[in-house]
Amino acid sequence: MMNNFRLFLIPVLAVALAIATGAVIIALSGSSPVDAYKALIDGSLSDSKSIGRTLEKATPLVMGGLAVAFAFKAGLFNIGGQGQLVFGALIAGAVGYGITGLPWIIHTPLALLAGAVAGAMWGAIPGILKASRGAHEVITTIMLNFVALNMTDWLASKVWREEGVIVRTPHIESSAEIPRWGELPAGFFLAVVVAFLCWYLLRSTTFGFEIKSVGLNPNAASYAGISVKKIVIMTMAISGLLAALGGAIETQGVVGRYEPGFNAGLGFEGITIALLARTHPLAVIPAAVLIGAMEAGGSMMQFKADVSPEITDIIQALILIFVATPILVRWFLSQKETNELSVSTTWGSS
Amino acid sequence: MSANPSKNIKQFFFSKRWWILTTVLLVFFTLWTSEFQQANTTSVLVSTLRHSTPLVLGAMCGLLCERSGVINIGIEGQMLMSAWGGFMVASTSGSLLLGVFAGIGIGMMMGAVLAGISVGLRGDQIIAGTVINIAALGITSFFFSLGRTLPSGKAQVIKLGPLADIPVAGRVLFSNKPITFLTLLMIPTLWFLLFRTKWGLRTRAVGEHPSAAETVGISVIGMRYLNVIMGGGIAGLAGAYLSLEAVGSFERVMTNGKGFVALAVMIFGRWNPVGAWGAALLFGYASAIQTQFQFRDWLTDDPQFIGIIPFVVTIVVLAGFVGRARPPASIGQPYSRE
Amino acid sequence: MSLNTLALEATGISKTFGSVKANDQVNLEVKKGRIHALLGENGAGKSTLVNILFGLYKADSGIVKVDGEPVDLGRPKDAIDRGIGMVHQHFQLVPVLTVAENIVLGNEPSNKANVIDIENAKEKVRELAEKYQLDVDTEAIVEDLPVGTQQRVEILRSLYREADILILDEPTAVLTPQETDHLLQVLKKLASQGVAIIFITHKLREVLEVADEVTVMRNGQVVGSTTPAETDESGLAEMMVGRSVVLRVSKETASPDATILEVINLCVQDDRELMAVNDLSLKVRSGEIFGIAGVEGNGQRELVETITGLRTADTGEILIGGTSITEFSPRQISELGVAHIPEDREKHGLIGAHSVADNLILNRYYESPFSNRGIRQQKAIAHYAKEMVEKFDIRTPSIETPSSSLSGGNKQKAIAAREFSHNAQLLVASQPTRGIDVGSIEFVHQQLINQRDQGLAVLLVSAELDEILSLSDRIGVIYRGQLIVTANATDLDRNRIGRIMTTGSDSN
Repeated sequence: MMNNFRLFLIPVLAVALAIATGAVIIALSGSSPVDAYKALIDGSLSDSKSIGRTLEKATPLVMGGLAVAFAFKAGLFNIGGQGQLVFGALIAGAVGYGITGLPWIIHTPLALLAGAVAGAMWGAIPGILKASRGAHEVITTIMLNFVALNMTDWLASKVWREEGVIVRTPHIESSAEIPRWGELPAGFFLAVVVAFLCWYLLRSTTFGFEIKSVGLNPNAASYAGISVKKIVIMTMAISGLLAALGGAIETQGVVGRYEPGFNAGLGFEGITIALLARTHPLAVIPAAVLIGAMEAGGSMMQFKADVSPEITDIIQALILIFVATPILVRWFLSQKETNELSVSTTWGSS
Repeated sequence: MSANPSKNIKQFFFSKRWWILTTVLLVFFTLWTSEFQQANTTSVLVSTLRHSTPLVLGAMCGLLCERSGVINIGIEGQMLMSAWGGFMVASTSGSLLLGVFAGIGIGMMMGAVLAGISVGLRGDQIIAGTVINIAALGITSFFFSLGRTLPSGKAQVIKLGPLADIPVAGRVLFSNKPITFLTLLMIPTLWFLLFRTKWGLRTRAVGEHPSAAETVGISVIGMRYLNVIMGGGIAGLAGAYLSLEAVGSFERVMTNGKGFVALAVMIFGRWNPVGAWGAALLFGYASAIQTQFQFRDWLTDDPQFIGIIPFVVTIVVLAGFVGRARPPASIGQPYSRE
Repeated sequence: MSLNTLALEATGISKTFGSVKANDQVNLEVKKGRIHALLGENGAGKSTLVNILFGLYKADSGIVKVDGEPVDLGRPKDAIDRGIGMVHQHFQLVPVLTVAENIVLGNEPSNKANVIDIENAKEKVRELAEKYQLDVDTEAIVEDLPVGTQQRVEILRSLYREADILILDEPTAVLTPQETDHLLQVLKKLASQGVAIIFITHKLREVLEVADEVTVMRNGQVVGSTTPAETDESGLAEMMVGRSVVLRVSKETASPDATILEVINLCVQDDRELMAVNDLSLKVRSGEIFGIAGVEGNGQRELVETITGLRTADTGEILIGGTSITEFSPRQISELGVAHIPEDREKHGLIGAHSVADNLILNRYYESPFSNRGIRQQKAIAHYAKEMVEKFDIRTPSIETPSSSLSGGNKQKAIAAREFSHNAQLLVASQPTRGIDVGSIEFVHQQLINQRDQGLAVLLVSAELDEILSLSDRIGVIYRGQLIVTANATDLDRNRIGRIMTTGSDSN
């Protein structure tokens, strides 16, 4: 029990330490950390409007965090969330504007599904490469990010381009839009439902058991008759699906279309969130809301306290350092007690 | 030690047949796409070498680490931090040399961070490297201010006397900028260090079988720290190359995946500096091909397809060669004595 | 040189791992020019003690004196500097380096610029090899060498460092009888040249043959010292185990029936794409134990992996109960009724972070009653696991405990519980008793015989020749991927099997 408490303490402490270090950096760069953080909270949590914006920002983060956390359970490190996300966003945008005359009850889920499936297919590629050729997913997913950015850029500028000078797709039909409930984005609640589904799948299904077995000991899993290759491919596909669904929700719920440059860097935030949540699907939700609040309040911070919003990138990087590395863990737990994440075991072997 | 030299030569050509075939094909392709014009061919080769420089440096960083048993997935971040730091120092002080040293120093610091987390604290090596990548992105974005320039301009070409006047080869090999020359020197040097010296033998022993090295009195932890920090320094040099020699300024995310491509180069080169150089040239060529396409007016309307070439080549190489090439046996596993 | 001067003296050595007292106030005195056997069961604390003497572990308390002087052995380097050399149970050689490189590693002849003088190194190694008659090829890559030769390299490495105290940790565990004889000769020769030798083993015969003095350990403590002249095999065994032990497994004569496993002209490559199993054929019938004897690395692993579907055959065929399984997945083979006790418990047999319960159903988690339409049935799993824990006497705090925290013997019992409860027609057991305590060994052996008597076909692969001899009804001797001889166990003796294992030839 003590152990669980300390495991919970680590992420909290990591965030606190990161915020404190951030304060020092703000002070060193000549601004007031108190003003900066006040502005940050003002811009993210002060009223229903800013809370709505926080949740809006948190939505793709929940999905990105789930994508990373889910893959982790099978011992896979998906850092290709960004590529998967832009594919999902673009395809959802294309279906959202390209198909007309459908009622929303069909059109909205159809566009979401199309985006999700596109991301699943894109995510399956590194899975297949790993299962069949032994290419480590960390390199292939990041390379595929670059490929995806170029390909979606090309599709948006050549195939599905809106008339005019700006490279972007036309606005989606209103039947494909995800509604807002007052200030609250419905997409966020969709993401929460998905998080619960992931949690249930991993906890209570035989498929989840297979995924965890492969993640914990692929050798023993294959001796037990589990097809490690199949699990690797399916897990990567689901991980890609989750990231892409985040992109689709963003297109249909926030932006209304696909524009190149869409949510750059999101894949990396997913890593921070997943590790902050210690890869627990439900813990991903508060972790994503926290990071979402930083993003939502960032511009207010620049406006009111004249602090570059990139400071939140630094704070996030610090959080990541504290949660992803054993720096804090070693203070609290002996080596034996920690059941640490490992994704390095399959490097370079086929 | 065969007594028959002609057999050795035959064997050499046989074992390297794919390299030789590839080279011949590429040479022909180069000549064809540059319409058999000397100037075009030269510029493609020059561009190949330039593109290959940060890649082979990155790969040498990677192989230094992996030969001692530490995966360095953070090369990208180490390069980016050094590109930024080197540029900041050079633009403030006005000295390019100081900037390069700063880049190397920052690279070594980043190496020390990776070593501290993965060797000292025995954290997961891939996560540690990813943390470095993400942190580097955040830090360089936050501290970078636009409008800075290099007072002295970027590094200039040095011509090696009459050698530089040789047609084609002179321009390509003997008329380069300082870090490029340095890199060309480092490749055989590192090979020699790795395969002929005490340090090299011990490094390889530590990477293959750490406990065996420990039982003969070699400090595994010490060797790993040393190599990862030195590797960081080489990645730092690659970063300085980007901002101070190639571009002459710092841009956000200017490494653009080169640190990851370098890992593929390392694997393709089988953890050997000379092999990595060959692989880096191939990748450099994949980037330089862009200029060739322009000669022939191919795909100029769809630059995205050209942009993905190096990344696709990386994936293909990984898919084709990992598993066949044998990495140092202990990579990825934290070492502790008890 | 006086033969009675102490080379090494350890007093009051204690070492605790977690809650286990691996060494408790251990004393040891080793004389120059003598062979001192350290005898004890697996887990008695012998390896811990010598790892402390070699500076690999740090003792919690106690004093070590070398040549009468107290020494601080914080790292292997300290021990090496004091003239202590060690031949490890798991060889500490770098597989991809040459013999010469391995021997000089850490102490390389070099010039001022630290460039290694490899010719000089080879020359030094050759001189040593000649002096001690330990024949090696200095340019060979270590991983290409047979086990016995690798061990020679390890000995040479210690001698190169001028060790006058040589520790050998279970050196004969991996050797054939002939190689063992050769090693024992080498040890006697070394001792006659003044080297003090600490020789760890649990094989009584070897102790009696070679040792000048014997120290016996049990449960982390020294339980007695003696000399071969004062005792015999059963006396040593009783000291070692603390009760009188039955050294033979009792079993009825086999009554084999229909052929269950048939391997026909099988060829399989290993990970390095070399031919590991080469045109091998065998038959195992229901109700018999077929033992495969051989030095490790002669294709046993690849054979087992191919039979269980983890590796693909190049050519040839495998029939199980008449069904060709060459194209089958591991799961399909398992469902045909093949139980498998893998060679490496931790790596292949269990998922350490999973609970004992989940490991007990690892091969059937997807079937009813453990799963219903893809949803795990926790109650059924717990119920079944409790039953198994009781039936197989698995010592665990609870069924929710991660299996990684069980002892070696209990891990093996958990695997046995899973595999034996599986309505199998064929049982493939690889090194089923490696590294577990005597009590668990007896249990596993008895279980294997019970399974046979219930009509299973059992394929037993073991590097322990004694295990093969005492359990098998028929024996095949494997050498470089081929069964050189297949015969009834009664028609083969130790020496003949040993000869075939070593040379691949049945002729004298």
